[in-house]
Amino acid sequence: MTLLSIDWFFLIEKLLLISVVLVLSLVVAMYATWGERKVAAWIQDRLGPNRAGPAGLLQPLADGGKLFFKEEIIPTNSNRFLFILGPSIAMVVACMTSAVIPWGDTLTIAGREISLQVADVNIGILYIFAVVSMGVYGIMLGGWASNNKYSLLASVRAASQIISYELPMGLALIALLMLTGTLSLKEIVEQQRHGLWNICYQPLGFFIFLVCAFAECNRAPFDLPEAENELNGGYHLEYSSMKLGFFLFAEYINMFISSALMATMYFGGYAFPWMDKLGLSPNMVTILGFVALFIKTLLFIFFFMWVRWTVPRFRYDQLMRLGWRVLIPLALVNMLGTGAVELFKHH
Amino acid sequence: MQALTNRAKQVDRRPMTFAEKLYIPAIAKGMGITFKHIFQRKATVSYPDQKREFSPVFRGLHILNRDEEGRERCTACGLCAVACPAEAITMEAAERKPGEEHLYREEKYAARYEINMLRCIFCGFCEEACPKDAIYLSETFAPANYQRKGFIYGKDDLLIPDPKAQNK
Amino acid sequence: MGSIQQIIFMVLSVIALASALGVVLSKNPVTSVLCLIVTFFAIAGHYVMMNAQFLAVVHIIVYAGAIMVLFLYVLMLMNLNAELEPQKRNWLKYAGAISGGALLVVLVAALRDASMPAMSTANNDIGLVHNLGMVLFRQYVVPFEVSSILFLSAMIGAVVIGRKED
Repeated sequence: MTLLSIDWFFLIEKLLLISVVLVLSLVVAMYATWGERKVAAWIQDRLGPNRAGPAGLLQPLADGGKLFFKEEIIPTNSNRFLFILGPSIAMVVACMTSAVIPWGDTLTIAGREISLQVADVNIGILYIFAVVSMGVYGIMLGGWASNNKYSLLASVRAASQIISYELPMGLALIALLMLTGTLSLKEIVEQQRHGLWNICYQPLGFFIFLVCAFAECNRAPFDLPEAENELNGGYHLEYSSMKLGFFLFAEYINMFISSALMATMYFGGYAFPWMDKLGLSPNMVTILGFVALFIKTLLFIFFFMWVRWTVPRFRYDQLMRLGWRVLIPLALVNMLGTGAVELFKHH
Repeated sequence: MQALTNRAKQVDRRPMTFAEKLYIPAIAKGMGITFKHIFQRKATVSYPDQKREFSPVFRGLHILNRDEEGRERCTACGLCAVACPAEAITMEAAERKPGEEHLYREEKYAARYEINMLRCIFCGFCEEACPKDAIYLSETFAPANYQRKGFIYGKDDLLIPDPKAQNK
Repeated sequence: MGSIQQIIFMVLSVIALASALGVVLSKNPVTSVLCLIVTFFAIAGHYVMMNAQFLAVVHIIVYAGAIMVLFLYVLMLMNLNAELEPQKRNWLKYAGAISGGALLVVLVAALRDASMPAMSTANNDIGLVHNLGMVLFRQYVVPFEVSSILFLSAMIGAVVIGRKED
């Protein structure tokens, strides 16, 4: 059988990489909850969680344990299957995106070149776009299956918000793609490694992408689907126990992934200044590059939190107006401008 | 109308300029403010580990004092109850029987002495009124209780422990 | 590699057919929509099998990611209780049977003439984004531009409609 002729080392290597990336994103998401509470506290002149472990570092474990052991409630009039499907989709989709992000260059161990990217698909950006557009199903199904008017309202909001903001996000990306000429994230990073970071060429595009990323992650100031004070928590109103945990967790994973994505596409990914001139061994450079990407990602996560605790929530009509009347025209202008400049350069 | 202070500001109702409509400068300013707060001193006192110090003139829960021999100083004269603006103090006097000289310093003593801590305003007038130095305000406050009647402190809550009895 | 591809093809086809049947047969409209999404995914899997990754991803983005969300959106806003559903009339059934039969005839006629070309491995990567771009912008540039102008005007139209409110 041809099954046996599969490169087993390759398979094991990829499986290992997938589990590492998955564990990494879960751990980062876990500690993002801790970070969120700490940042919120500091901004509000408080101390934040500091009882569980040194500086409250065991707090995520305590929270997770609590969520696991909480009573599980499924409303009588809900659609049981869809009710469980909702958080599952949210979680799976959140975890899937990390597959195409290049976490580093190649490592050479015992003569084997190991790429620190799960899959270098030649349509990386489109893949992310597709997966992100799946994410809304988790929220929609969860909210609808709860059979609760607040949840339903949140689902409707989530659907229209995410569809609206996918448009300017895609348009901002098109401008970036014109510049780089490739859909592969790895190549985008390699281009930035040998030149300037894309933020220098695409400041407006980055800004649009940033705003849209906030909206796609349902983060404040665009957290309308879960608006606590008007929808009682929105789509996860009826959820309890770990199913609620999955919804909350998925949000943090999304935040982590979109931070990594922004760092990759606009801020050089694993590239850092003078990385090829330090005279270090390639493996060392790769590890340093991974650290650089990680630091950039953490900075973006911090930025997400910083904005959340500064800017108040948008009203629904303001949200739609911003998306359709401001961001889309801006993105179109940005796209046209980039196209014109590219055309001018090539002639 | 004459303004009380000159800090009052007229509300600006002019339409927003383009720069204001962008909101970006305002958001950046707000983010600057929140960022500054990250490094500012925290207002939190981590309570069980660290307690907020009372001011030196703090007036807390009352205590009924004893003299050096462990006898109650209070003679149930009622001056504290008269002085109390909140009318939180009630007492019942009794005559000292022969053989009780080691318990009460004066010939008359308070058989019942109650302070309603929900009424008390901790003004310290009782302390000032007392001619026998029998009542003092300490540096603690009344702990929480589930019932109103739990806040009516009797003699056994107020009296300080007998120094002689403790030595035994 | 023939056997693996055949196994995957079988699995995908079974999923696609089963979920497509689910769309038609399920009582709950939301379940129908979900089945349709599963069908789209199975078809996207077929595209990937044919080395047309770009097509697969675009298929997911456009159909599963956008159009089905709108379907679901509409279904959520409608009150789909069974009692409120209008009574189906008898002539509707006959009309359905006749149009279904007509479609069957057309399909059979089309399939009879269609020869099944064996998949050639030579130009197998036509679905890759690079080749697709070449074909679109060289061979079919006029229709492509016309359709993109159509989409652009639709988008601008949406923005204009949004602007008209105030």
